[in-house]
Amino acid sequence: MKKQSILLISDEHFEKEFLDKIALDITREYLFPVELGEIHIDISDYYDPTRRQYDANELLKKIDSVSSSEIIKQIGLFRVDLFIPILTYIFGQAAFNGNAGIVSLYRLRNEHYGMKKDEALLLNRFTKVVIHELGHTFGLIHCHIPTCVMRSSTYVEDIDQKSKNLCFKCRSKIGLV
Amino acid sequence: MALNISILIVDDEDSVRDSLYNWFIDDGYRVDCAENAKQALSILESKNFDIILADIKMPGMDGLEMHRRIKSLNKDSIVIIMTAFASVSTAVQALKDGAYDYITKPFDPDDLSHLIRNAANQISLKAENEALRNKVVSLENIEDLVGNSQVMMKVLKEVERVAQSNSPVIITGESGTGKELIAKAIHSNSHRKYFPLVSVHCGALTESLLESELFGHEKGAFTGAMFNRKGRFEMADGGTIFLDEIATISAKMQIELLRVLESKTFVRVGGNKEITSDFRVICATNRDLKKMVENGTFREDLFYRLNVVNINVPPLRERKEDIPLLVHYFIEKYCTSMSRDIISMDSAALKRIEEYDFRGNVRELENMIERAIVIGNNKEIRVKDLPFEKDMINNSIESLEEIEKKHVHQILIKYDWNISHSAKALKVDRVTLYNKIKKYGLDPSK
Repeated sequence: MKKQSILLISDEHFEKEFLDKIALDITREYLFPVELGEIHIDISDYYDPTRRQYDANELLKKIDSVSSSEIIKQIGLFRVDLFIPILTYIFGQAAFNGNAGIVSLYRLRNEHYGMKKDEALLLNRFTKVVIHELGHTFGLIHCHIPTCVMRSSTYVEDIDQKSKNLCFKCRSKIGLV
Repeated sequence: MALNISILIVDDEDSVRDSLYNWFIDDGYRVDCAENAKQALSILESKNFDIILADIKMPGMDGLEMHRRIKSLNKDSIVIIMTAFASVSTAVQALKDGAYDYITKPFDPDDLSHLIRNAANQISLKAENEALRNKVVSLENIEDLVGNSQVMMKVLKEVERVAQSNSPVIITGESGTGKELIAKAIHSNSHRKYFPLVSVHCGALTESLLESELFGHEKGAFTGAMFNRKGRFEMADGGTIFLDEIATISAKMQIELLRVLESKTFVRVGGNKEITSDFRVICATNRDLKKMVENGTFREDLFYRLNVVNINVPPLRERKEDIPLLVHYFIEKYCTSMSRDIISMDSAALKRIEEYDFRGNVRELENMIERAIVIGNNKEIRVKDLPFEKDMINNSIESLEEIEKKHVHQILIKYDWNISHSAKALKVDRVTLYNKIKKYGLDPSK
């Protein structure tokens, strides 16, 4: 029987090299192989014209509907500005102890904050948010340790402060130690 | 900390409830949801929540009305009102009704995190405050009133009985018996315990100083009064004022005090505004006020005004059975404060203490133990560590011979029965000292 893996689902807007680097970091952290998959969805169906953003709850449902016995968790990767009804924006969200999560790099770009484009920093931030949301799907809550990737981040600066790794306590909680 | 905080989300929109639920679950809070005010109130009947996040506009009962009902249930929950339509009047109304905060949907993620974190901090501070308050109360209750003798138990029962009332109390007793401790115990067991206990040592102040101390003064009331100053009666508002050595106050102050006790109003020195203060008065004296009334040195009306309840604290010589307990208590107290191991007192020293006629009462015993710990050998308190010099002239010792016997014995104890050192201290030769030991039948084992 094939070992279960984590699936990164995206549309054609992400370069393979970019996704491979994220996959490598995920495998390092969670010890599961990562597969890359493509999804063809009409993103405009999720657009809310009053907020001029995309509905993260609906997108999460869509990603959650992609199921396979070989996939343990799946994360949808997007480039659009995500919202949930109660919050002005989110970087990503996941079903706590569930199977799916979504992440967007829209608000992770330096340019969004009037700063110089930095692709390496963008990859770093994006990887951290993906690993963070995966943590929630494994049942991890926010961690108070400043360097732990499960530390809550509401600003990109918060993301930059933490590492890509789970702390010892979080790793222990999900049986990685 | 998050794990201990519970949150109830009340909103009629599924998507809002779900979003908030997921957000708080990720943070490790315990979360419940209700889709309307009625459901929330029914949940609250059986369960407590630290934080309630409620939408202002809901079908049926709105968030503000629900908040009022929550308050009437005497729930300590912090209520945060949410709304999609920002309006100053509703925000003001929510805050007036005691809501902790008001937030407009959709929130910035950081604002929500801060809001909940601040509320959680307030909850933990409140819990900490409560715990400290309980600790202080238990410390101040009767911790320093040590003794299980019958007379002391009677005093403690009286303290317990009078604490609940607002009546004035006069505490009488010799100097050093612990009158102020009794006043503290009454205050800290009364409903006034969360307000100040203000002590005034009347005997230490001149008439004019006492007047300014008790009633306060206005700027410029006298030379040097550069600022307005609150008096002790004002400071004791809601609490208790303890007037120590009440018998020492002048005739003029007695009249003023009587007036204040009757009206609970007064005017600051140099002022003209009447100030009202709700205080309970407890007085203490080591003198016989009744006799002073008979002599005409203390006003009869003031005496009866103050003497609603009288507690007499017995001198230590009348409760000698409490001495071992007190000795142990003071040893523990001072060893702890000096960061030393708890030591004991040898039986000879304890026997000597029990025989001693403590004119200075518990205070003298306390000072004696403190001194013995400071100068002692850190292992146990011995007779030589105790200052009994003034006991040398004891009424029971009449003859010169007896005094000599006692003195020789004390010196021998002081030098651990080292004959050379003791002889040197007594300025006699060793043979003379041996003869004295033999003559008086002195024995190191006694």
